[in-house]
Parts: sequence; structure tokens; C-alpha cells
Amino acid sequence: MVAFIVRRLLGAVGLLLIISAVTYAIFFLVPRAAGVTSDDIAGRFAGKQPDAATLAAIKDRFGLDDPIPVQYGKYIKSIVAGDTYDTGTEKIDCPAPCLGYSFRTNQSVTDQIVDRVPVTMMIALGAAVLWVLAGVSIGVLSALRRGTLFDRVAMGVALAGVSLPVFFTGLLSLAFVVHRWNLLPEVNYTGLGDNPFNLLLPWVCLAFLYAAMYARLTRAGMLETMNEDFIRTARAKGLPEKTVVVKHGLRATLTPIMTVFGLDIGLLLGGAIITERTFSIPGLGQLALDGVNQSDLPVVLGATLTAALFIVLANLVVDILYGVVDPRVRHS
Amino acid sequence: MKSPKVVTSAAAGLVVLGLGLSACGGGDDDGDKAGGSGKFDAGTTAVVNPSDHKGGVLKMAQPDDFESLDPANIYYAYGLNFVRIFSRNLMTYTSKPGKEGATMSPDLAEAAGTATDGGKTWTYKLKRGVKYEDGTEIKAKDIKYAVARTFDREILHNGPSYFPQLLAAEGYKGPFKDKNLDNFKGIETPDDYTLVFKLKAPFSEFDQVVGFSGQTAPVPADKDKGVRYGMHPVSSGPYKLEGDYTPKKGGTFVRNPNWDPATDPNRKQLPDKIEVQAGLKAEEIDNRLIAGTVQIDLPGSGVQAAARQQILTNPKLKANADNPLAGFHWYVSINTKSIPNVECRKAIVYAADRSAMYRAYGGEAGGEVATSIQPPNVQGREKGTDFYTKADPNFTGDPAQAKAALAKCGQPNGFSTIMIYRNDRPKEKATAEGLKQSLDKVGIKVELKGYPSGTYTNEQLGAPKFVAKEKVGLGTYGWAPDWNTGYGYLQPLTDVKAIVPTGNANTEELDDPDVNKKWNEVVSVTDPAGRAKIYNEIDAKTREQAAILPNVYAKSLLFRPTNLTNVYFHAGFGMYDYANLGVTG
Repeated sequence: MVAFIVRRLLGAVGLLLIISAVTYAIFFLVPRAAGVTSDDIAGRFAGKQPDAATLAAIKDRFGLDDPIPVQYGKYIKSIVAGDTYDTGTEKIDCPAPCLGYSFRTNQSVTDQIVDRVPVTMMIALGAAVLWVLAGVSIGVLSALRRGTLFDRVAMGVALAGVSLPVFFTGLLSLAFVVHRWNLLPEVNYTGLGDNPFNLLLPWVCLAFLYAAMYARLTRAGMLETMNEDFIRTARAKGLPEKTVVVKHGLRATLTPIMTVFGLDIGLLLGGAIITERTFSIPGLGQLALDGVNQSDLPVVLGATLTAALFIVLANLVVDILYGVVDPRVRHS
Repeated sequence: MKSPKVVTSAAAGLVVLGLGLSACGGGDDDGDKAGGSGKFDAGTTAVVNPSDHKGGVLKMAQPDDFESLDPANIYYAYGLNFVRIFSRNLMTYTSKPGKEGATMSPDLAEAAGTATDGGKTWTYKLKRGVKYEDGTEIKAKDIKYAVARTFDREILHNGPSYFPQLLAAEGYKGPFKDKNLDNFKGIETPDDYTLVFKLKAPFSEFDQVVGFSGQTAPVPADKDKGVRYGMHPVSSGPYKLEGDYTPKKGGTFVRNPNWDPATDPNRKQLPDKIEVQAGLKAEEIDNRLIAGTVQIDLPGSGVQAAARQQILTNPKLKANADNPLAGFHWYVSINTKSIPNVECRKAIVYAADRSAMYRAYGGEAGGEVATSIQPPNVQGREKGTDFYTKADPNFTGDPAQAKAALAKCGQPNGFSTIMIYRNDRPKEKATAEGLKQSLDKVGIKVELKGYPSGTYTNEQLGAPKFVAKEKVGLGTYGWAPDWNTGYGYLQPLTDVKAIVPTGNANTEELDDPDVNKKWNEVVSVTDPAGRAKIYNEIDAKTREQAAILPNVYAKSLLFRPTNLTNVYFHAGFGMYDYANLGVTG
């Protein structure tokens, strides 16, 4: 097991290197191929009508005239060995793993990510609890009551849920639930010090989207599993129906659901961009979006690498959990 | 099976329907929240809800964030407006509604600057006893240091560069690289309360230079953190930061006990706290403005489309809105390099359907049809006469005159050109499409190309290399002045010296000898009326050259919650004045 984890982590490092190189190329090589000059890039950091001296100073500070491989090499070096940044009056240390320094906000990217990750985590985990509980329960009940009114209504709602993105349900819920009917307070969550239940609306909107998918997945899985031979054997042994359904049926169904859950939670931890944007929550996704909008490459790179790391880690955890949930995996 | 397009369209329709229902339903409830703090547009010319009530928390929000809170490192108007709550300059905009707001008043200075040596030396005397938040008295050396910082464009590159351009301090690199302030020869401080600015050449509007931005706000050298000073600038104004400002999140300002209102007629200290929230979605800010839980939308450019509809169709909400001319003129730049023959440029202006272009900006609520390049808020601006067009909302162009001009240009059958616009700005797109249709009628074939607004002014229209390479003939553009005189408005747009490789505002690349001569001379004219006359001549000359096709002086729709006091539109900043607001309830 340890060798397996080490192998996967080493693979993750290689993957992150590739992702960083690709992101770097997208932000530097592609625009240059399209004719964008280092003056243009420097102009993005300057105020209105920058004169030549200002552009030269910015290029010098950010090393924009260095060859791209040199710039990329410096970036990777700072992750491994750390870096220092000149504020004019002092040198600021950015210890390894230093993900760079934002020249928009004048903050270390690592600090910004560390500040934002808990916010995104609260959104993702809170919503995950809701969607797993609701989605799996509805899916199981629908499978057990196949063809009934409950099944039809539940699957109809599930279909609606899958079809309604958060920017739709989020905007409507803000307009009605918060501003029109005053049922919930305005969403002002900024960090772990705030009341987490202020995130109730984002949780519900996000969970509505995912629960629908999980309900349909669970239902399909349960329908298939409940027709398996081992279920018939369990019933023939005289086991109570509850045990048959939960211990034997649901357990076998959970394996594919866990695979999807690993990907979903990994993606969300990397930034629930639409949810954060819709509800104006300062999470990792919002940080990445701001970085893209403002050509703040160090922030974009840092957020991308963090998101990739979460996806890799989430999948690793899921792989380990397979064996716990499904004995067949462990035996193989 | 439904196509994704159908599903998307249906979802979009539902969102609009839902928001519409939310906006339209139950006017009484909205009315209760709206109350009655005035009447529509009252804040454009007068103070609404005047009050000396102290206390409460004033909440301000913005979708993005300031470039910095270092007063020396900001350029955009809303940031410059905001920093007045904690920083004072030598001069500042007068805090009055109407045109007076566009004039400069002494702030830390006792009086306006005294010009000697033909306008090359400007002397300011400081008020005595004005203090920082820690009780230390502000001295002349602090302002000298603040101005010296602006010479380091490597560290502070967001703010204006007027001081490095104007002051006689060649070779000076700023105090971060040269610690000895005596090496900065651009300013002399013969005593603790006198500043003598030494200019390379006369500059008659130097009071505006020291007042329009925050670059003369004093900075104590021992508290300077370089590029990170903006996270906790030392206050000289009525409020000070509580803790640090967190970029992209916000910060809280509390009363500065060492601010003395007797020395500062341009600011008030009414709320107990001012909270700034960054990163709040624009539409959500509008919702909160209407609910009264946020009082100020910091960018000050007006509410979004959904709220606009909601406010204009609800009389009670409308009574709490203002619709002022915000200071921007949205026009079409005609590039003189891509279309060098003036007769060809005239043909474009003759043929332009001004009615369609005006409607593209929303008609009456969106703005006024423009005559001159300078908008009405500019001091001494004259309406002027129309060249080759009519500033009339019903004018649809004059194809006959356009064809005559084309014949004189040697292109009787028309010509082809490229027009660019910001593709994320529907009004600019509609303007471009309206103009294309009208030019089509006279044989001028226009190819439209849209670009993102994030790169448009630096990498497309504002990049002469790009314009030449892509043969761009026309481009939608808009401008608001650094300060409200003809120099602040027109010089960046029409002076050949203002052409820069990126972020260029002279997008028509006008290089007219007469205009250039006037710019060189006007800086020595000491009489404001005499300068205004020259600015109006430059304005007319540029239009006579058909280098700019005027379009619309923009109006913004600003909403003032009923619990906001002392609120009025400030002509200098083009939005509400943030330094005098209070809250009730």
C-alpha cells in the first residue's frame, strides 16, 4: 500500500510539472505567437497611458524580456528553493514551495491560496454532505420503488437538477430567498471565522445540481446490483431486507459512485468557480478567475497547480477507499 | 431530443423571467424599502439628505478591487475619490455639487500655488498643525518624499507620471534606489511649511496636477513599505485603517482622532466606520443598494441592466436615483494614418447615422448627443459647431455630402476599412453595427472586429503597431479626463506627444502641426479663460480634421439608498463624493 501511495505521489509531481508547463505556454507562448509583445504585457500592469520609461521599468522588474524558458525555469526554481521579492523598501522572503508573487495584489500567491482554500473547502464539503445524503438516499428509494409515483417524481426532479446550473439556481435563490422574501441573510462568508451556515444557500444550490446526478447514478447501480446472484443468496440465507439492501446492495453500488465523487470533490476543492462567482465568495475559484481576468499569471499558475493537486489527491484517497468499501477490490 | 442551444435558450429565458418577476412583483414592498430621500436626479445638482448625524456603519462594495490603496499608485477616478477619506493632498477637488466640484481647493496647502519664473516654479505654503493618525505633524519633507516616490516607476507603476515628466529632476530614480532625498532636485523645502516645485518648462495647470490624484498625499518615510504601502497607508484624513487592507477582500476604516475638521472644509467624519467589501458581484451590489444593506457601489459607473430596468420602472425607486452626465464621451476614433485623406474621413462623418449611434447608448437615459469632443462638465468648454454631421438624435446621415467627399478623396465608389470595438460591451457593438450600416449606403465597406475590453486599450486600439498592422480605420472609444479642463480632457487625445506604444489614447494618431503648436503654447497661458479658448479651438480643429466622430456624452444611473446622507454627484470624480457621506438607521 505504501509503495502504491508513493508511486501515485511521484506520478502527481510529474503531472503537476506538465500542467505548469502547459499553463505557462498558454499564457506566454500563445499570445506571443499572436503578436502580443512584452510592451503589451507590461502595459497590462501599468496605469493609463504608460510612457516608455514606465514600460521599461515594469519589464525589468518582472523579467518580461527574458526568454520564456528562463522565465519558466525561474518559476520552477522558486517552487523548489523559494524566492525573495523587492517591495522597494525591503526584501520579502517567499519560502519553498513559493508559488510566486502577485504583482497585482502584492501578496505571495502561496499565502493567497492558503487563505482561500478553507473557504472553498467549506463550500465543497458542506455541499458534498448534502448531495451524498440526499442523492444516494433518493437513488436507493427510487430503485426499491421502481415505477412508483415517488420514483417518477424523484427522477423528474433529478433531471431538472442536472439541467439547472448553479448560476441559474443561485441567481434565482438570491433574488427570491434573500432579497425578496428575506428568508436567509445575505451571503457574506469570507473565512473560517465566519458562521458556516451563512453558506446554506450555496450548499443547497450546489447540492441540488450534484444530488440529482448521484440519485440517478445510485438508482441505476442499485437496480443492477439488486438483481445480482449474491443478493438472491443473501435473501435466501434469510437476512433481513434492510441488511440486504444496505450492507450488500448499496455497498456494491457505492464503488462507481465513489469514483465520481472523487473527481467531483477534487474539482470543487480546486475552485467552485461558478458557485463562488454567483454568491461572491472569496474562494480559490474566484482567485483563479480574477487571475485570468487580470493576466495575473503567478496567481493563475498557483491556482491551477493547487486544483490539479486536489484532483490527484482526491482520486488517490478514493483508490484507497475502494478496498475498504468493496471486498472484491481488496481481494484482487 | 432537445439541442443544447434550445436548452440554453430556455434556461436563459427562465433566468430573465425569474429576475423580471423578482424585479416587477410587489411594488409596495420595494417602495417601503425605497422610502423618499429626494426626487429623481436631485443629487445631480444638489445635496440630497443633508445631515450632520454622526454614527453608523457606511458600507461600500465593489466587484473587483482598487489598483492599490497607496494614494500615489492609483489612477482610476473611483480609487482617487475613495482615498480622500484617509489622505489629504496639497490641493483637492472642491466638495460641492454642480460645476464647482470640478475646481481645485487648497487642502494641506494654505492657498493655491503661486507661479513664478514664467510658470516654471510653483510655491505652496502648508497649513500648520495638520497631523497624521499618530499625532505627528505633517511637514513639507513628507510631501517632497511622497512626490519623490512617484519617480520609481518600477515599484509604483499604476499612478500618473506627471511629476517625472514635468519636474526638473532628470536622472532621479526615486527614494527606493537613492535614499538621499537631497538628490531630488524637483522640489525644494526651504522650511517645514514651504514647498517649491521646479519644473522643466512652464505648466499653467499645476494646481490640477497636485490636486487631481493622491500623489501629493504626505508619506512618512519611516512608515513607507514600498509597493506594499497600500495595505496600510498612514492616514492624514478623517478615517484610518483598522488593521490592514486585504486585496480582493476589503478592509475597515475607523475615525482618525487626530484629524481636525477646522483645517479641512472638503471632508466630513460622520459614520463610525466605513467598511469596504471587494469581490461582490455587480448585480448583487445592486440588490443590496436597493435593500439599503450596501450604501455605495464604489466604481460609481451606475447600476447594471436588471437594476436599471427595476429602478426606472418603479417610481419610488426612481425617486432615489440620479442620472447625471458622468464625464465620459463615447466617440468613434478615425485613424489618420490608416485613412490619411481628410476627405475620406469627412465622408465617414457625413454618412454616420447619429440616430442609430445614439440609440445604441440607450437614448435619453443613456446620454446626450455629443457636439464637441469635450463633454459639458469640462470648464470653459463650448458646445461648438458641428463639422460634417448634426448633433441631433434624429439625424441619420447625409449620403449626398458623403458621396461628394468620397469623390474629392478620389474614391467615388467608396473604400474598405476595418472597425474594431469591445465585444463585451453591447453598446459599442451596437454603435459599430449602426455605423457600418450607414457607411454601407455610400459604398464604404466596413469589416467589424470585436476584442475583449481587458486588452482593447493596451493591445488593440491603443497600440499603434497593431492598428498599422491590422489597418484599423475606425474604433469605438471613450474618455474621461484626468481633471476637468480642456488640457485634462483633450491633450491625451490630440497631442502628438501623447502617442505611446501601448495604452495610447490619441487613438486617431492625430499629428496636426497647428494642434501640436497650440499644445506647446497653451501651457504658458496663465489666464484660465484664455486657455479654455485655445482648448475649444483644438477641439474644433480635431473635428474639422474628421479625426473624431462625436457620439454620446454618457449618463450613468446611480442609486442612493434612503439611509445615505449628504449625497450628491461630484463633477470632478464623475460619481458621488465619497468623502462627505453619512448614514442613518
